[in-house]
Amino acid sequence: MDPFLLEALLNGVLLGGVFALPVLGLNLVFGVVDVVWLCYAELVMVGMYTVWFLHTQAGWPLALAFATCLPVVAALGLLLHLLVVRPLLSAAPINQVLATGGVLFVLQGAATLVFSTDFRSLGVEMPPMELGEVFVSGTKLAAFVAALLGAAALWAFLKFTYVGTAIRAIARDREVMPLMGVDPRRIYLIASAVGGALAGLAACLLVVQLDVHPFVGLSFGPITFMICVMGGLGNMLGGFLAAFLMGLIVSTGGFWWNTEMSYVVAFLFFILVIFVRPRGLFAR
Amino acid sequence: MSGASTLELSGVHAGYGDFQALFGVGLRVEPGEAVGVVGPNGAGKTTLLRVISGLIRPRAGTLRFGCRDLAALPAHELPGLGIAHVPENRRLFPNLTVEENLRVGAYAKSARARFAERRDHVYAMFPRLKERRHQLAGTMSGGEQQMCAIGRALMSGPRILLLDEPSAGLAPLVVKQVFDLVARIRGEGLTVLIVEQNVAQVLRVVDRAYVLETGRVSAEGTAADLAADPAIRRSYFGGH
Repeated sequence: MDPFLLEALLNGVLLGGVFALPVLGLNLVFGVVDVVWLCYAELVMVGMYTVWFLHTQAGWPLALAFATCLPVVAALGLLLHLLVVRPLLSAAPINQVLATGGVLFVLQGAATLVFSTDFRSLGVEMPPMELGEVFVSGTKLAAFVAALLGAAALWAFLKFTYVGTAIRAIARDREVMPLMGVDPRRIYLIASAVGGALAGLAACLLVVQLDVHPFVGLSFGPITFMICVMGGLGNMLGGFLAAFLMGLIVSTGGFWWNTEMSYVVAFLFFILVIFVRPRGLFAR
Repeated sequence: MSGASTLELSGVHAGYGDFQALFGVGLRVEPGEAVGVVGPNGAGKTTLLRVISGLIRPRAGTLRFGCRDLAALPAHELPGLGIAHVPENRRLFPNLTVEENLRVGAYAKSARARFAERRDHVYAMFPRLKERRHQLAGTMSGGEQQMCAIGRALMSGPRILLLDEPSAGLAPLVVKQVFDLVARIRGEGLTVLIVEQNVAQVLRVVDRAYVLETGRVSAEGTAADLAADPAIRRSYFGGH
């Protein structure tokens, strides 16, 4: 096979792994709380600034900055739920979307105020690795492995713990949960914190690949939402698979045409999916 | 220890919005008893169970379980106190396996430590569930789902089991199996409060019953007396 195509395919898989984390986080929160966090990419942006600030400004070791990023963004997810989502739980869905959309602008504005609109680089790059006849970026490979580990940890949490099982149950039947001894409000809090932690992990993986600026969320936020809808909102496995599909489309699109065109192709594919399978590619 | 876990309702009024479903209902279930609540569709039977398990707050009246005032507690704390409710239409989690449904039933802190022991007990009681432990609950037959729903309720280690229309939507042969099952649960010394439209069947497995009509208790008595009552026979047995 053409080594350039092979490289494009490989990069598509690696990209899919990074898309997968925010997709899983959004789906988790939507499945449990039934509210779309429109500001999800901006939570990731805050996480990226957290890592950048702690590492380059405060001089913390990178590993420690990463480890701090997760609880910081998890706490942000908790605050988002307590201050914005919980008061609107019984409000019309459009109001919930508008409120989390408002948080998007607040976070962008706050980041501009604190860090200005400069592009900030972490300045970390791992050497490229040779796999057979193609070269892949060591940074991307490490990010991919970390994304898979994060997804696996989430899967184990949902599959094997009492709280995780209750999270999967509540996504199907909210009203019956108190009869099981489950306080739904507590499950909402836990899901919001875990959703935030996933945004934090995504931030760690993205900040080594992208410069951070207040509007960096625009470079992966829209595609994250597209992937969620393609996989079926709330469908974790569907979203996970759709993330890789989208990664491959974007990456091979860049091989056949160019990078700008590849996002056009991805968007056209998304529109096609919405027409053909409006409830998601993997809806049953 | 008599009365330690007696369920006692008096003067309970309850409803949804403008609609009132219960008008001053009183009821008593002693430990070890099996009590039925029978009556036509829309009499308020499901509302009654939902009030007891805290899903609906009573507008007036008292609800006591032993020395606890149930109306003062949030619904999710009741399974930990020994009240388990098998809801109408079973309400299993269809996307979870049989065993995962049982795990959700053991969510209460007090139940987690005894998960394995109780699960094995449930499997011993319903070998069918053990065979299907890794199957998605939504793919099982109605009778198997009812077993799973009862098993899930038993996972919290209840002192009283509330059963809402366990025979609804099941084939006649399966209905008989479900009532045999209720009789077996009774045999283990568990207190049972069962709400049913299938009056003839339920009177075979309970000690006493209340007749609920348009939100009021219109009659009560032992199962034998009610089964022999001409008015009850005319309303609920005749023609079936």
